[in-house]
Amino acid sequence: MLHFARWQSTAIVLVIIVGIFAVIPNLVPTSWVSGLPSWLPKERIVLGLDLQGGAYLLYEVDRQDYIDKRLRSLTSDVRQSLRTEPRIGYTGLGVIDGGVQVRVRDATQFDQARQRLSELTNPLAGGLFGSSGVEEFALSEGSNNTLRLTFTEEGLAQRIRSIVDQSIEVVRRRIDELGTTEPNIQRQGEDRILVEAPGGNPEQLKALVGTTAQLTFHIVDTSISGEEAMRTRPPAGTMVLTTSEDDPVEPLRPYVVEEQPLLTGEDLVDAQPSFQQQTNEPVVTFRLTTGGARKFGQVTSQNVGRPFAIVLDDEVISAPVIREPITGGSGQISGSFTVQSANDLAILLRAGALPAALTLVEERTVGPGLGADSIAAGEIAAIVAAVLVAGSMIAVYGLFGVFANIALVLNVVLILGLLSLLGATLTLPGIAGIVLTMGMAVDANVLIYERIKDEARAGRTPILAIDAGFSRALGTILDANITTLIAAVILFQLGSGPIRGFAVTLAIGILTTVFTAFVFTRWMVAIWVRKRRPTTIPV
Amino acid sequence: MKLLSLPEQTRIPFMRYRKPVMIGSLILSILSIVLFGTIGMNYGIDFRGGTMVELRFEEPVDIAEMRSEIGSLNLGDVQIVEFGDPTDVMIRIEEQPGGEEAQQRGVIMLREIYGETADFRRVEVVGPRVSGELAQAGAIAVVGALLAIMAYIWLRFEWHFAVGAVVTTAHDVILTIGLFSITQIEFNLTSIAAVLTIVGYSLNDTVVVYDRVRENLRRYKRLPMPDLIDLSINQMLSRTLMTSITTLLALIALFVFGGEVIRSFTFAMIWGVLVGTFSSIFIAAPLLITLNMRRGAVAGNDEEGGDEASEDASEPAKA
Repeated sequence: MLHFARWQSTAIVLVIIVGIFAVIPNLVPTSWVSGLPSWLPKERIVLGLDLQGGAYLLYEVDRQDYIDKRLRSLTSDVRQSLRTEPRIGYTGLGVIDGGVQVRVRDATQFDQARQRLSELTNPLAGGLFGSSGVEEFALSEGSNNTLRLTFTEEGLAQRIRSIVDQSIEVVRRRIDELGTTEPNIQRQGEDRILVEAPGGNPEQLKALVGTTAQLTFHIVDTSISGEEAMRTRPPAGTMVLTTSEDDPVEPLRPYVVEEQPLLTGEDLVDAQPSFQQQTNEPVVTFRLTTGGARKFGQVTSQNVGRPFAIVLDDEVISAPVIREPITGGSGQISGSFTVQSANDLAILLRAGALPAALTLVEERTVGPGLGADSIAAGEIAAIVAAVLVAGSMIAVYGLFGVFANIALVLNVVLILGLLSLLGATLTLPGIAGIVLTMGMAVDANVLIYERIKDEARAGRTPILAIDAGFSRALGTILDANITTLIAAVILFQLGSGPIRGFAVTLAIGILTTVFTAFVFTRWMVAIWVRKRRPTTIPV
Repeated sequence: MKLLSLPEQTRIPFMRYRKPVMIGSLILSILSIVLFGTIGMNYGIDFRGGTMVELRFEEPVDIAEMRSEIGSLNLGDVQIVEFGDPTDVMIRIEEQPGGEEAQQRGVIMLREIYGETADFRRVEVVGPRVSGELAQAGAIAVVGALLAIMAYIWLRFEWHFAVGAVVTTAHDVILTIGLFSITQIEFNLTSIAAVLTIVGYSLNDTVVVYDRVRENLRRYKRLPMPDLIDLSINQMLSRTLMTSITTLLALIALFVFGGEVIRSFTFAMIWGVLVGTFSSIFIAAPLLITLNMRRGAVAGNDEEGGDEASEDASEPAKA
């Protein structure tokens, strides 16, 4: 046990050197890191959001919102399909019980109608082979000449999956526009998106990520007033939309608008915040695609004198009157913006709309002040703990306590080095994990030393006692540490963010402890034994 | 060079007191369960949903005034407490009715009142769906950890040890739950981390004692079980104490200097180390007697499995 082959000694020294090199980038100022020699590792320990400040936001795709929207557009597809020549007479078209239902008036046309609707079941593309064989909707027949289109389970699931993917892209574009450094945006489970962004302004981040930003332009129907339409019902093909309840000018003012938008956000190529020349109030200017510009020019020339509503997420932002045909392919949106909100809307329009609303289901934000305080507190606690543990080891074990303390220092170096190399995140509970590891790491040394004492009492010579102490303590050390490792692994599975950081440092700490206490301490003791040939045991 | 000495070669007859101590522990465990069932734990927003906001003001705050300001907002049950410093306040708002979307209400209102005067150091909002999932995941984690560790000990030891270790660990977890119930310290995700770490620590301690018991079972074939266990505990006593002391020193440093955010975590851990140390001596070891451990089983197991390296090393011939 006390003999080390040359390669073993070399390996131990190598581990120490790699550990020290891995820690170096964390000790020098950020600006120096790039100046370090190229053979040094550059990775620094990533500080968790709880230490550097930032936001952890968990969103969920609003299934119902998507289903509602999709069924609404399916309804209009069904209408269009049945109205194409030769027309098929129908009645009772609408969304009923999570499906689109329609009754064919003339039984002789039923087969024809079924034929047309079956074209709307929308086979979904699936990976390499073109079609996945999955259709989004299933067509069923009811009594009394009714036809019904409902979501297939598989189709909906697939849709939600692709919505999450699209949403992640949109969210990423939006956050990139904000200039946040290194945001982490990833899918979580089936229908969730996790956004982790360090620093910044969490309120602005939430406003940007959580807005669907579905922009549409609708012609306003002036044949009936909004209030009246709300009391009775809007004419066919129109709907009532209101301004936001926070609108500073006219909150919740109703407008009757055509259901079919004349333009959507997809027709935009660019949007920028700007100021209106006369009034100097913040506005958002936009440019349209060629197709969008043509359409817009056409519609505006037909509707001079009528207002059109600019609608964002089903809320009317403003409803300017068309004074002259707008053919240039650009325009501006006004509507009691602040500089900030004009800027945000421009970002949203540039980044595109989310395919479905996102609901914030979990939020954890930490300000930079608290993060800095936590780091300081963690550092002090670590130093005090180190002094206390090291002091008591020397007090009880003397020279061997010094060995244990050198091992302890190496242990902390290795933990920090491994955290750097793995790019793991250090959180406040993670710091607690390191401090706790310091307390528990010396346990392995204690086990060995107590065992050496036992062996010496049993009458062995010092060198044999030391040898036996190490070899017999190994099984116990492994058993004791593997049980804690199991707890750490399970903690990692369960945890998110800070807790995960704790599990990681705990697990790494266990691995390094076995090395520093069992291998490294033994190596030191072996050298000491060889040099000193001790006749008594100093423990 | 040594300044202190640990007690050496003690002969404390621990097993003589095993019955009263075990009965005492049983009573405490039952009491903990009763407390858990009646008062219950003070679950944090992680498991109950709701909003937690930590504010720092420039000047010391009048909490009574804040209470009346926030009380008029109609946010349901709101707790406002000083958090570490007189300038720091922690506000907890219960889950708002109206599903996921309604949960932002509290933060928005607080920002309206204190947005100018206070630094929002920490904001946590957990919606009803996530809180349910976290509670489930937490329970699964604790149970899963117990099972996984039991499986490991079963592999490495004999079933008596596995059962003993799990009962001991369960005892420690139950007493920790009792502590949370009686002190009403908030129980959140970090507390689950604390409980799992306690599980790890307690087992570590138990396994070390069991390791020695197993070894002595092989060595002293004729020693009666209680004496053998006493011997094992006394042999390991200095180690048990030393490890508890160093771990406690580290935890106390964390408790005093580590900041308010992890204080409840460290508090639970300190308790866990005390209970874990106690239980490895007074619960884990005597349980082997209660479980009617037969020494033949160990020897048999040894031959079948050749179960680990340390056994080979402990052959006297080697030295």
